[in-house]
Amino acid sequence: MTFRKYLVLAGVTLFAAIGDSLLARGMKQVGNISLQRLPEIISAILNPWVALGIFFLLGFFAAYMTALSWADLTYVLPATSLGYVLLALSAKFFLHEQVTTTRWLGIGLISAGVGFVTQGPALTRHPPHHDTPEAESEPVGTRAES
Amino acid sequence: MKHVYTWGAILAVVLASTTGDVLLSRAMKKVGDVGELWRRSGLLTVAGRILRRPSFMLGIFMMAVAFFSLLFALSWADVSLVAPASASLTFVANAVAAKIFLHERVDHRRWIAALLVAGGVVLLAA
Repeated sequence: MTFRKYLVLAGVTLFAAIGDSLLARGMKQVGNISLQRLPEIISAILNPWVALGIFFLLGFFAAYMTALSWADLTYVLPATSLGYVLLALSAKFFLHEQVTTTRWLGIGLISAGVGFVTQGPALTRHPPHHDTPEAESEPVGTRAES
Repeated sequence: MKHVYTWGAILAVVLASTTGDVLLSRAMKKVGDVGELWRRSGLLTVAGRILRRPSFMLGIFMMAVAFFSLLFALSWADVSLVAPASASLTFVANAVAAKIFLHERVDHRRWIAALLVAGGVVLLAA
């Protein structure tokens, strides 16, 4: 894993959290949309918060696709799940919601999961028919490149 | 009936987004390292290669199905149930699907990570 690749993973995490926060803020202004009046959802994108949120989510999608081009799905998903933590923190500091002990515990579990998966290799190599067991414990950085 | 609709829709979200993730991941592995390709042959080539992959288009379609299933689920139940339930189940389903369909090496480390994150998401919404 190079520094540039960690930047892409950080981009996936940040853009998703920022995009979702902006969407949530915008949709609060737009109000409830029932299934019977689903076409109203089109006009929701005219809300500036929603539009900005979509802009960030496009950035998220580009970063996500880039990450998937050189890392496993089961690496990228947990590695970028810190976004849930960022969402909870933005709820606390920008929307002034209360973060309970249970939520802090959830934040702890997610962070532990992220720590776990990023210690390991980012990409499964498919060598022509010999799976070496010691390859699993190889340090980060040697397998992700090339 | 409310529970049947809610959990049916959550199941649809999990299945559709897992299928979508697997298809997108497969498409991007075929395209190869996007950063390298961009440096060598420019952004247009990268976009062209990605958009020409049928699995990419199908993946996008499945993501749209997942999104509308989520909207449907939200019309039947609270967001505090629907969002964490579908997100955490998707994490576990993705680990299984990536092992079976993408032949990723899902070792202990990745199983534990998927379960920790899934559990954490549930607690966040509690």
